[in-house]
Amino acid sequence: MKRFCDDILPYLTLVAMTAAIALVFLYVPTDAAQGIVQRIFYFHVPLAMMTYASVGAVALGSAWYLWKRSATGDRIAHAGAELALLFCTLVLTTGPIWARPIWGTWWTWDARLTSTLILWLIFAAYLMLRSVSAGEQGARYAAVLGLVGAIDVPIINRSVYWWRTIHPAVIRTREGGSGLGDPRMQLTFAVCIVAFTLLFAWLLWVRHNHLRVHQEFEQLRNEALT
Amino acid sequence: MENLNFLFAAYTAVWVLIFLYVLTLSRRNRSLEREIEELRELLQQRRRD
Repeated sequence: MKRFCDDILPYLTLVAMTAAIALVFLYVPTDAAQGIVQRIFYFHVPLAMMTYASVGAVALGSAWYLWKRSATGDRIAHAGAELALLFCTLVLTTGPIWARPIWGTWWTWDARLTSTLILWLIFAAYLMLRSVSAGEQGARYAAVLGLVGAIDVPIINRSVYWWRTIHPAVIRTREGGSGLGDPRMQLTFAVCIVAFTLLFAWLLWVRHNHLRVHQEFEQLRNEALT
Repeated sequence: MENLNFLFAAYTAVWVLIFLYVLTLSRRNRSLEREIEELRELLQQRRRD
């Protein structure tokens, strides 16, 4: 596992990302309704999925920490929160860039956009809390906040069905000539999902390992200085 | 090729932010390695004393 994540995973991620970029720019046909700007979706949607996966890591790690006081759980939650903020920032950046030519506005207080912005604010608060509050108490507070933040994910996911919203609800639709009906579009989308899943796994591994080494170092330093 | 600038902006933003995050991780690792080295030197000095 360690050897795979250290030696193989980064190269696998690089290959998958290169393939994803090549497919997006050289292979996939241009959408008839939205034009070239629709290609943003091949990264935007996988980034949203990786935001969900990162928040999932925070929720699992936090629950594990609160239940067993597991340091590994705490580290997974901390690393996951950083990735949740990174991927959510990218979703909130690429979304408006797509929206400007298609909707005619950068931003609208639509249910999905607003709930995604709330998720971003929750995880920005999470990381601020971690930076000012160290030790067991900080980890406990962060775990509770992480679990509360995770509640926002199903709300984001279902928001397009629960409220009247202009955000696209279903990826595979041929309504209005858009969607991913073409097999080449489906292949490109699948490769992009694989590439971002590998990137997520690699970044989570690297950050978790860094936090582990840092914790061990702090313990050793405290022992050495006392 | 209408709206090509939007496509370019979106993909640039993605790669710049991911690159900055990886750079941050690399800097944190270097900083940790430096701290470990300092601790090692401190322990060696204590042993000598």
